[in-house]
Amino acid sequence: MSENLTEMRASESPEQSRWSMVGKDPWTMPIEKIDLSHPGIWHTNEFLPFLERLRKEDPVHFCAESAVGPYWSVTKYSDIMEVDTSPHIYSSEPTVGIIDSYEEFTLPMFIAMDPPKHDDQRRIAQPVVAPANLKRLESIIRERVCNILDGLPVNEEFDWVKHVSVELTTQMLATLFDFPFEDRYKLTFWSDAATAIPGAGVVNSNEERWAAMEECLQVFTGLWNERVNAEPSSDLVSMLAHGEATRNMPPMEYLGNIILLIVGGNDTTRNSISGGVLALNENPAEYDKLRANHGIIPNMVSEIIRWQTPLAYMRRTALVDAELGGKQIKAGDKVVMWYASGNRDEEAIDRANEFLIDREKARQHLSFGFGLHRCMGNRLAEMQLRILWEEIMQRFHKVEVVGEPQRVYSSFVKGYTHLPVRLHPLN
Amino acid sequence: MAKIRFIEHTGEEHEVEAQAGGSVMLAALTNGVPGIDADCGGACSCATCHVYVQEDWLDKVGEISPTEEAMLSLSTDRQDNSRLSCQIEITDELDGLVVTTPEFQF
Repeated sequence: MSENLTEMRASESPEQSRWSMVGKDPWTMPIEKIDLSHPGIWHTNEFLPFLERLRKEDPVHFCAESAVGPYWSVTKYSDIMEVDTSPHIYSSEPTVGIIDSYEEFTLPMFIAMDPPKHDDQRRIAQPVVAPANLKRLESIIRERVCNILDGLPVNEEFDWVKHVSVELTTQMLATLFDFPFEDRYKLTFWSDAATAIPGAGVVNSNEERWAAMEECLQVFTGLWNERVNAEPSSDLVSMLAHGEATRNMPPMEYLGNIILLIVGGNDTTRNSISGGVLALNENPAEYDKLRANHGIIPNMVSEIIRWQTPLAYMRRTALVDAELGGKQIKAGDKVVMWYASGNRDEEAIDRANEFLIDREKARQHLSFGFGLHRCMGNRLAEMQLRILWEEIMQRFHKVEVVGEPQRVYSSFVKGYTHLPVRLHPLN
Repeated sequence: MAKIRFIEHTGEEHEVEAQAGGSVMLAALTNGVPGIDADCGGACSCATCHVYVQEDWLDKVGEISPTEEAMLSLSTDRQDNSRLSCQIEITDELDGLVVTTPEFQF
């Protein structure tokens, strides 16, 4: 692990290294210098004490200088809730990413729109992940989960991320889009390319990213043309092609919404699938509780999603001057809600820094966000995780983590690129 | 005190006694009535305490605020008598209130 980190730091450009917090002491460094936006501490898993110090000493924290410019970090549960539920003060436009849109790759998509356009477009896509449709999907998901688990090697090391987390979520995406099943790995690539930092492993430059996005648009335009002339069906492409608020979308907006749905349905659940295995290994008493009572799984799923917080933050932009946690926010300021911090806030969540699969009020976490932009696919994500763990417990005594996990180089997507495991069958 | 009757989508009924001042959502949660998730804990920001208010009671449960309307409007199961139960405050006048819970909270 340490060798890999050295490599990663060596491969960073001087600009990236200048801003990295890796190796700094979170408790003694000048607080005004704390910058959560740099991917370094997320990649090396050093971020927690930085979040804790900000919650304790400067919960609404201004970082004047960073690679992404000046921005506010909101770290306490109640302040995050206030920002998330005040769209008239804190806008989701022009982007919900920490990097400003004019500097970087951005596409129009409804996660980065305010009402009323957001509401109109979201309403079109929502039914595909609404519980009524999920009921129809449950048996398909279970069948796929069983196939994946039954095909895994036992008593030998393999990568859980590649063979389970990615495989299951990619199959799910292909189903939701009615995407050609044999080409489904393209979905994973487009998802990774859309959120990756150039040079961190997936794409080497913004040009390469755009090439991937153009291919994505081309393929999805083909699917659109096919479905727009057919009877409406329950897949996402058909819904967008026939929906009143979406059928006249310009190509870039179609691409933006497709990418939103791919990323939303891919990275997040994938990383919660991996994160749950890791959390149970790090907390053996919880794994024992699970073995003793499989009925705890739905509650555990919520706890895994809180613990993992697969998207570390969402960004808003202040529309007007506002006060938040005693600080003066100015119109135009960038305001970042660190869900990864609010989910560890002991003033809001009892024993927040413990992973407890039987905790009360497990559903009250920030990982899905709150308010108008609350995660649309939350019930689908929970269902996938629930079914996966039900079937794991039918087969395996333990999914044992046998090496260091490798984490994504990103302060936004909080997840794993590699998790070596070994399966121990029940008998 | 008010008696509130919750009817699940299956038809199963649960009658609870609730103190004035709390919300209908809290009355369900503290009495173990199934069918209400209340993910946000009563902040009108998730729509997982969705209920259908029986027609006779619609004019007694108060107005829908713009925030509640915005959250409800994103629900795929929205009906004319939809409310978020965290936004209905229990008063003595609500004694006998009947609400139905949807099959899914979303």
